[in-house]
Parts: sequence; C-alpha cells; structure tokens
Amino acid sequence: MDAFKIIVLAKQVPDTRNVGKDAMKADGTVNRAVLPAIFNPEDLHALEVALRIKDLFKDSTITLLTMGPVRAVEILREGFYRGADDGILLTDRAFAGSDTLATSYALSCAIREIRDFDIIICGRQAIDGDTAQVGPQVAEKLGIPQITYCEEIVSLNKKQVTVKRRLEQGVEIVACNLPVLITVNNSAAPCRPRNAKRLMKYKHATTMSKQQETGGDYLASSSSHTHLNIKEWGISNIKCDTAQLGLAGSPTKVKKVDNIVFQSKDSKRIEDLDEDIGILMKELIDSHIIG
Amino acid sequence: MNNVTVYCEFEEGKIADVSFELLSKGRNLANQLNCKLEALLFGNNLDGLEKEIAPYGVDILFKAEDERLSPYTTLPHTSLMVKLFKEQKPQIVLMGATTIGRDLGPRVSSALGSGLTADCTELEIGDHEDKKEKKIYKNLLYQIRPAFGGNIIATIINPDCRPQMATVREGVMRKVISDPKHTCEVIHLDVKNYFNKTDFAIKIIERHIEKSKINIKNSSIIVAGGFGVGSRENFGLLHRLASLLGGEVGATRAAVDAGFVEHERQVGQTGVTVRPKVYIACGISGQIQHLAGMQESSIIISINNDVNAPINKIANYVIQGKVENVIPKMIRYFKENSK
Repeated sequence: MDAFKIIVLAKQVPDTRNVGKDAMKADGTVNRAVLPAIFNPEDLHALEVALRIKDLFKDSTITLLTMGPVRAVEILREGFYRGADDGILLTDRAFAGSDTLATSYALSCAIREIRDFDIIICGRQAIDGDTAQVGPQVAEKLGIPQITYCEEIVSLNKKQVTVKRRLEQGVEIVACNLPVLITVNNSAAPCRPRNAKRLMKYKHATTMSKQQETGGDYLASSSSHTHLNIKEWGISNIKCDTAQLGLAGSPTKVKKVDNIVFQSKDSKRIEDLDEDIGILMKELIDSHIIG
Repeated sequence: MNNVTVYCEFEEGKIADVSFELLSKGRNLANQLNCKLEALLFGNNLDGLEKEIAPYGVDILFKAEDERLSPYTTLPHTSLMVKLFKEQKPQIVLMGATTIGRDLGPRVSSALGSGLTADCTELEIGDHEDKKEKKIYKNLLYQIRPAFGGNIIATIINPDCRPQMATVREGVMRKVISDPKHTCEVIHLDVKNYFNKTDFAIKIIERHIEKSKINIKNSSIIVAGGFGVGSRENFGLLHRLASLLGGEVGATRAAVDAGFVEHERQVGQTGVTVRPKVYIACGISGQIQHLAGMQESSIIISINNDVNAPINKIANYVIQGKVENVIPKMIRYFKENSK
C-alpha cells in the first residue's frame, strides 16, 4: 500500500476572531491578555486534510512544523492529540521580527532538513495577519508547485494528487505531480476532536527548554518515554543564511501602527436623511471601521 | 525602469474590475513619482484589449499571449512576471487581492526577494527616516492595511528592496478614466523566452460555478435582518450592502421562520453566536434570545422605525427610519466616500 510523508505547517496565533468590546483597552491598545493563543484555525483544517490521507493510507506519517516562541509547543501537543506522528518546534531569537518572507525562508530551511516529504499542507492564512503569503513563498523557496485554496483532496496516488479548489466564483479541480505544497481554506472539513487515548499519552510531551523552565527531571522522563520529547530546532539545527532571517531578513518594515478606538457605549441618533447618513458612512470609513 | 506596474487580471474573456481600479490608483502614484504607468496582460486572445486599458492613463502595455496562460495557473504567470521585472525593474507593483493575486503575488515576491503587503486599504507616497542608520528614504510607497483581526491599522514600507509590491481588494480604490482618447505603446513578449520547462506542472481538469457553504461566524461585518425587513426581496438589499462591505448577512429567528433567508444565517440563542467588528441590525426589535447571540459585537448600528426598540439600548448608532429607505442611502454614501 502507498504511504505518504506529510508535513503540516501550523502557527500559534492570538484569537483575533472573537474580539469583543473588551479586546481593546481604553487607550486604544490591544488587550493581549484577553486573547487566548490558539492553533490557527485554517491550519487545523490543514491537519484534518493530512489526517484523512493517513486514514486512507495507514503507513503515512504526519510531521507538524511550527515556528514561534517556546510556548508554541502547545499547538504541537494539540496536533499529537488529534493524530500527528511527529512535531518540530522551530524557535530561536534570530527569527524574531520576521515578516512573511523571512518566515518562509526559515520554514523552508527546516523542511530541507526534514528532507524527505511528498506533500506539505498548511492553512491558507493566519488570523493575526491574514496575508496568505507564507504557503506560496515556502513553495517557491523549495522550488515545488503550489495549490492554494484547497477544499478537499479528490484523489491521491504515489505520483499525483487531485485537489478541489474553492475560488471566488466557483470551484476548480486541478491535478499535480508530487511533491507539492497545498494551502487549505476554511471551507474544508473541520478538524476531528482530540482522541482521549492520545491525550493521555501525550499530555506531558514537551521540548527540552520548556522542561528545564519548569524544572522537571527531563533526562529521567526522556529515556523511558521518548515520545514525550518534542524536537526543538534553532538556527544551529538548520542550514541557513542568517542574513535572511528575522528583522534583518525582512524586506517589509512596520513604519507606524494606529489602534482603532471604538466609540463609547453612548448611542448616537441619526435621522433618515441623506446628509446624516452620508456623514455616518464617512465617519465609519475614516475611522477604518468599514471600508 | 523605475515605473509603476499593474498586473491586469484576465479571466473568462474579461479584464477584472479590480485591475481598472488599480490602474487608476497607479496613474495617480505615477504622477506623484513622475514616472510611467505600465500594465501587464497575460492570457489568450488579447486582441484590441489595449483600447480598454489605455484610457486609465497607461503608457506601456506588456502583452503575453499563449493558450497555456488562460485559464490562470501559478507557475507560467510567475515566470513571466519574475523575468520581466528583472529586465524592467519597476519600483512599484500592484495586484488585485483576489484568488489570483493572492496566489501569484507571494510567489513572485519570494522569487525576487522583495516585500509584499497584502490587502492594502490605502496607498500613499511618503518619506521615511531610518534614525538608527541615519538614512533618509524619499518617495516610498506607504502600504496601509488593517491587521490583528482588523483591530489595528499598520503602515508598511519596503525601504531597500524593489519592487515594492502590494495587493488591494476589489472595490477599495476608485475606477477613474484619465483620458478616453489616450493610447498606449504595446510591447509583445515572446513567451518562449520566459517560460520554464516545469511551469506546466498543474493541470486544470474542471471548473464550475458552485455556491460555498454559508458561514457567518468568521465574518467581521454582519448585516442582519429581522421580521421587520418584511420580505425575501427586501433581504436582497441587505445582501447588497453586506457584499459591498465584505460582510455576511445574518437574521433573527423570526426572519428565518418566515422564509426570508437560510437557517445557517440565524443569529441568537438557537442560532450562532457572533462577535463581529460591525453588526448592522435592520428591522430587529431586539428579543433577548437574539441579543444573546450578538451583544458582544464591537459596533452595533440599528436601523429601525421604532425608536423604542430594545436593541437601540445597546446600539452605538441608531438610525430611525425604514430599512428599505435607509440601506440604499448607506450603499450610495459608502460608494461615494470610499477611495
């Protein structure tokens, strides 16, 4: 039976979707404390696409790769609970301040280090930036084709994959030889829930630095339970040009950030007059609430 | 060299509206920078299309014609752009933030090692001082976009890398014909010199129109209607406003039960709970079961002819009037005021 080596790219993000009135502080800055860090939603759809391949081709393996701070190990564990076989946390101070291009470069270097893969799957975009750039940029850096906006894998064999893409107006079915990078839409099937047995097995899985941080007996636990060790890679573990990493390797710079200050609760009464509604729409556009 | 370039999307025999909008903005930027405006048009059967493009003030049109360029696939379009940009060295490249632009843009930016900003809502020319390096950059492209789920507005610049690339959503910029009689120089590209052997890895097997499943939970703008909207036809107005604002239509249980909209759009205790950035409640009185599903919205705008409707107590803006009169006005003034 065919088996596939799958890499799933995932990101831990602040949950910006359900920001209510308390998400912004009175001074107009983002209240990060009320925003939990979560598994980027479309990356979960990507994981489900990978798990469905594994359902059909039992000997396939799923490696979850994430780049971020040490805390991002949480989403690797989340991936283990749902069926991922392996997880790698790419973390290093040198990655700090990366824009999408520097992120893609670091991820592509880590993927070259993993070396052997048939399919890379990731979410279309992350909810904190909504850029949808990292997927295509990783594909370009690796010199492989990309299939964006995947809703479903229609068929797969050792040579070729057929994918249903969700576009603005309709759908497109495309075929491509492996290896390929696929980005997954939120219209794809939602990820299956955690598996209770896997949760028991992996709940203590972590990386070495996290283990040291909490003062646990890392060596003792690692020798007897190797599945609890999550790989942690820094720049010494990948072959890379450090000039292309982090802030220095990022062509885009943030010049300025304006916070959107939402109005107070006092309601404003507006008459059904051309002038009044014109003023309202202009006010909403100028304050970036719409438009 | 050093010009402003717009990638024109050509699908199903038509140039996309967003491309005309970007050409209009591109002309404006080129005037400020005192450089030329160039357009790219890749596809098949492109005869005479320069007549549609030139009136927007285009100086040079680069055309690439080949049957393998239409319908769009990523790799041949990428190869054309990357090689052409290496020859022409534009300073600014604009593309639509469409399914095509968001697929092509990042691939091209990665190949060129240049910066790309997605979904810009404003583009301006301005200077930048790097205090650490003691360097002053003149005439950069300010790429302004919402980030962090729309809670902040960031101004992004690319000080050192060229081209400065940006994508913009349809309807954000305004379409302006600069001179109906304007003509442009047309340069035909010999595609053989641009394609790579591996560019045709993706085969399109089938394309068809298919409605996507409704999911209002992830929408940052919701235009919701109650029983007071009155009819399925009147809900059409809500759909128009929602699509213009890039949002979704929601509804109360009463409106769903009356058959005005699909059940998937129901907000409230027995429907979905939403927390959008903007909730426009049209003809909704504000039953507690409905409020439970939307009261955490950041901005609530209520349109109701009853001043005493309970929903007005939690609304930031209350427009007193009939839905069928107010929404057309909102549509009109949104269009007039958007850039």
